[in-house]
Amino acid sequence: MAFDKMELREVEVWDGNHAAAQAMRQAQIDVVAAYPITPSTPIVEGYAKFLADGYIEGEFVMVESEHAAMSGCIGAAAAGGRVATATSSQGFALMVETLYQASGMRLPIVLNVVNRALASPLNVNGDHSDMYLGRDSGWIQFDAYSPQEAYDLNLIAFKVAEDHDIRLPAMVNQDGFLTSHTAQGLKPLSDDDAYAFVGEFKPMNDMLDFEHPVTHGVQTEEDWHFEHKARQHNDLMTKVLPKIKEVFVDFEKLSGRKYNLVEKYNMDDADVCVVCMGSSVETAREVASEMRENGIKAGVVGIRVLRPFPFFEIIEALKDVKAVAALDRSSPNGAAGTLFNEIAGALFNTDSKTLLSGYIYGLGGRDLTKKHLVDLFNELQANVDAGKVTTKLQQFIGVRGPKLAYL
Amino acid sequence: MSEIKKIKNLKEFSTSADRFEGANLLCPGCAHSIIVREVLNATNDDLVLSASTGCLEVCTAVYPYTSWDASWIHIGFENSSTAVAGAETMYKVLKKKGRLKQPERNPKFVSFAGDGASYDIGFQWISGCMERGHNMMHIVLDNEVYANTGGQRSSSTPIGSSATTSPAGRISYGEKRNKKDIVSIMAAHGIPYAAQVAPNKWKDMVKKIQHGFAVDGPVFINAVSPCTTEWKFDPKDTMHLADLATDSLVFPLYEIIDGHELNITYRPKNIIPVEEYLAAQGRFKHLFKDEYKYLIKEWQDRVDEKWAYLQRREEARV
Ligand SMILES: Cc1ncc(C[n+]2csc(CCOP(=O)(O)OP(=O)(O)O)c2C)c(N)n1
Ligand code: SF4
Repeated sequence: MAFDKMELREVEVWDGNHAAAQAMRQAQIDVVAAYPITPSTPIVEGYAKFLADGYIEGEFVMVESEHAAMSGCIGAAAAGGRVATATSSQGFALMVETLYQASGMRLPIVLNVVNRALASPLNVNGDHSDMYLGRDSGWIQFDAYSPQEAYDLNLIAFKVAEDHDIRLPAMVNQDGFLTSHTAQGLKPLSDDDAYAFVGEFKPMNDMLDFEHPVTHGVQTEEDWHFEHKARQHNDLMTKVLPKIKEVFVDFEKLSGRKYNLVEKYNMDDADVCVVCMGSSVETAREVASEMRENGIKAGVVGIRVLRPFPFFEIIEALKDVKAVAALDRSSPNGAAGTLFNEIAGALFNTDSKTLLSGYIYGLGGRDLTKKHLVDLFNELQANVDAGKVTTKLQQFIGVRGPKLAYL
Repeated sequence: MSEIKKIKNLKEFSTSADRFEGANLLCPGCAHSIIVREVLNATNDDLVLSASTGCLEVCTAVYPYTSWDASWIHIGFENSSTAVAGAETMYKVLKKKGRLKQPERNPKFVSFAGDGASYDIGFQWISGCMERGHNMMHIVLDNEVYANTGGQRSSSTPIGSSATTSPAGRISYGEKRNKKDIVSIMAAHGIPYAAQVAPNKWKDMVKKIQHGFAVDGPVFINAVSPCTTEWKFDPKDTMHLADLATDSLVFPLYEIIDGHELNITYRPKNIIPVEEYLAAQGRFKHLFKDEYKYLIKEWQDRVDEKWAYLQRREEARV
């Protein structure tokens, strides 16, 4: 092929955005259609620069909006090639209509979502409002806690999404600034290994096969719509998680790095644990270790795949724990937190006697400090000791002013 | 460059390559299907097509059926242009990489959209495609109304027309604004080719479509599409309505090359009064009340002015 390979060191210092861009280069994305938004912009800039420097043979279409970015990606994917883009926050919100269209057409596009708050008020920093906004859109949703994981999960996402049994688009989430702009030592694969892992793109029902014209994006009403949506949902519920697990195993063989649908830390004998996502998982793990020194058996459960939701893995991870805090980095706007609800849903009808409480934290990039987590673990231990949730079910961590707590 | 299809007569033209089936759910007498067929029949090349949400889309791809015997995609209301731009971009990449299944084929990329989808909600997407220089053609099926949702005004709806969101009523003559001049706006992007076409002038249409396919870069075509349901005329009169539109110069046929060189491509031998065009349609019925007759006069003045302007531009070669 007419592009140059890149010699990479065993350990490179990349931030999360650069890590995602490098994975896109190694996967040799055919078409990127994109529109810039902080903090995800460097991902598509990275692709453009690799293209300009001759490291990719592809096309970059700088469109006039995020809606057009995903529209272009959909057209390109339907034409039969590897497609990816990136966005955050308001851009993600503008894309939402097209997200449903991409998944309904079963097009394996990869979208890097660098998580950021949704306006108003305008805020460029990270929370998970955009990730949750996409949770019913029929996309697979991975969550990376570090630049290394952003890199690895991009490669994994292509392999899962493009599998002909799956053919569903996938998002790779990472925390705005906290991950996207934090440079860390990271072990990349060689260009050859990465490309071999992702594999050649194998088109299906592509519009450029003129011997077999296809009709994409049909109209269905009450006679067929349910079947289409039900089938898509069924495939998400039954096929995707086994496929992801299989690809995780392949990836571990290649890289030595092990991924799970649900990442358990110190959970073998934990009495109390937090369930969270994104960069907070690493902080929570550190605090959990420190809590152990103080005699509190603390553990952490990180959600690696938000969609499809890993119900059984969650049930398994939480089966022996006495008190759980679900940490949501988004404003639930009139409900309990998203993770709180999903975990409650998973545990209902099991034998679990786990005390579950929900915490809202870190909106708009507000820090989640170790002190916050120490207090939280202590509160969970108090719940265990009391045999009931001693606080309100929904609390806010670190918000100024009078304490906010509900339910 | 592929060979331009030679077309001798209407019979041969109307029975040649049938990539848009007669079997569809469009109203009897709908001009959308006639225009689409004329466009597709103008070429033997492979096609990658898209349609925006609207009458054409909901009536031609109702699962498990399709009226399209060519690759076709519908995403949403506003983005048919960008869908085709994405496919065209992928075609370029795969060609470069030697990964096309039929590398000898020379496909054309065409998006169809209604006036609502083009003049209004999809305007930004089309502008983006034109500006970026995709090798594609965007065709507006201009029936001057949101027909699929039951006849709301668009920015193509002409003054005095009664649309469901600008209805004529006891104290209103209906739509208050003039139709947007989308061809000029699109031509102002500096694209190689922009034109107005009409289904009744099929030779002119074929010439323009073929010219559009032959140039390298974005092409914008605005096609007048008489809508029996919303314009309120008898389905058998579609071509008559198209004749009235072109011969009254309400819908003049011209082209703009490279954003500036304007050619008028049809000069009616007998120019028909605008009144005749208006009188043939239920949507303008109320204009014939005494109190609104002045609007008919204004209509005529505006059409005359535009025609004079087009002629001046043609003559000035600017
Ligand atoms: C984002 C969005 N807004 C509104 C609609 C509803 N809608 C579907 S088709 C249509 C009107 C189509 O009108 P036009 O583009 O003029 O095409 P026509 O049906 O007249 O051929 C509207 C408003 C939609 N599908 N998507
Ligand atoms: S409503 Fe008008 S545009 Fe729509 S199918 Fe009927 S005639 Fe055609």
